[in-house]
Amino acid sequence: MVNDVEKRNDSYNRYVKQVTPKASCVYNCFKAFIVGGAICVLGQIITNVLKANGLGTEEAGNYTTIILVFLSALLTGLNIYQRITAWGGAGGLVPITGFANSVAAPAIEFEKEGKVFGVGCRIFSIAGPVILYGIFFSFIAGFLYWFTSVAW
Amino acid sequence: MIAGKQSIRFDKKVYISCGATVVGNKEYAGPLGGEFDIVVEDEMFGKNSWEEAESRMQHMAVDKLFIKSGLKKSDVRYVFAGDLLGQLIATTFGLKGIDIPVLGVYGACSTMGETIALSSIMVDGGYADNVIALASSHFASAEKQFRFPLAYGNQRPESATWTVTGAGAYMISGQCNNTGDVSGNNFMNETVGKAVVTGVTVGKIVDYGVKDSMNMGACMAPAAASLIEANFNDFGIDENYYDLIITGDLGYTGRIILLDLLKEKGINIESRYNDCGLLIYDSEAQNTQSGGSGCGCSGVVLNAYILNRIRSKTLSRVLFVPTGAMLSPVSFNEGHSVPSVAHGIMIESE
Repeated sequence: MVNDVEKRNDSYNRYVKQVTPKASCVYNCFKAFIVGGAICVLGQIITNVLKANGLGTEEAGNYTTIILVFLSALLTGLNIYQRITAWGGAGGLVPITGFANSVAAPAIEFEKEGKVFGVGCRIFSIAGPVILYGIFFSFIAGFLYWFTSVAW
Repeated sequence: MIAGKQSIRFDKKVYISCGATVVGNKEYAGPLGGEFDIVVEDEMFGKNSWEEAESRMQHMAVDKLFIKSGLKKSDVRYVFAGDLLGQLIATTFGLKGIDIPVLGVYGACSTMGETIALSSIMVDGGYADNVIALASSHFASAEKQFRFPLAYGNQRPESATWTVTGAGAYMISGQCNNTGDVSGNNFMNETVGKAVVTGVTVGKIVDYGVKDSMNMGACMAPAAASLIEANFNDFGIDENYYDLIITGDLGYTGRIILLDLLKEKGINIESRYNDCGLLIYDSEAQNTQSGGSGCGCSGVVLNAYILNRIRSKTLSRVLFVPTGAMLSPVSFNEGHSVPSVAHGIMIESE
């Protein structure tokens, strides 16, 4: 009996996969390339302008990050960034601007539930996993780096 | 009277004597735009949060129902109402000041069917003369509850449905003196048909193991198929009995699946089948992918499309099947599949 249900569910899920329309992978990659590429070009322009005004490479990079994050949060508040991502998919999600959007969006949404239990508790509800596992794996990478440099 | 295993055939005349709908801008811009009673341009409905906005929408629908039906609060005994939010807050807060006894109902997007079924049973049983059946959903409050904050950028798959911002309120009555639609729908009085609920079929929870919450049509189609088959068996009828069999929010993907599932059982409803989610938006122009969904989807299409056609007598027998995906953010995160339910309301013109 249990097996029958599993069999039915399996074949149903296979059938659903067949009839569910899929987005075109090539077209989606193209859109992601355009959006992601445009964000990178913008970052490069900012970096070059900063460098031309006398900042060093590392400093210019840091300021570029800050400016991109600011722009993304601003555009999220103006209801623009989410439209860019809706079209460009991962092209808008993966760059640091996408990360900023994922922090700004819950902050806007949960502001109604108060500064502590709303914004405070929920602001990293989407970005939280990235921060947690990002730090965790950088710790592991750092440990391996230290271990190999000691061993050799 | 008991009919078959999961149905009731009403002995008395149970009328849907009046219907009132409130929708947002996007629904107004859709193909049924002109047939809704109230359109509110402000997505916040003049309130401070999405939840309050949905409550306000429910309240507006009830107010409009009183105006259209000409009935007073003292004429109505109970309200059956529901929405999609946790602990039914849209309903509770929306009906706070209404001063009529309320029974809250959760059936996910099938709530409109459930509230009408329960209201009809109450009227048929002689426990009330007028009962209000009510359901609502709001795009933004539903996204916040089940998916992501509205400002978060993400891409919607082709199989995703769009939650309708809308509330539908219906007066279920033992009598129907309402000869014309006071809202100004211009049917000649003589041709105005009355909508009678002749029977209901209550659905079972059906789960075919689909886990993709962005493909609700595939999750719910088996529940709709089971319900339609049960309705035919319980009443000893087949698809030819109806002019229209209309599901709540299966969308384009669910439509294909439902028709296939029923064909496997030897039932072909294709020529008389439609879905509220397909009627409410122009998917191409409005970018709604698979179609509309939510309690409000079947809730407003019932009056705007089905009842208006029963009143003008272009439809005489309809099986109205709102479908609901009974998941929660918790069940989804815990990796469970999406169980579904559908309820069937038999509406006939008189």
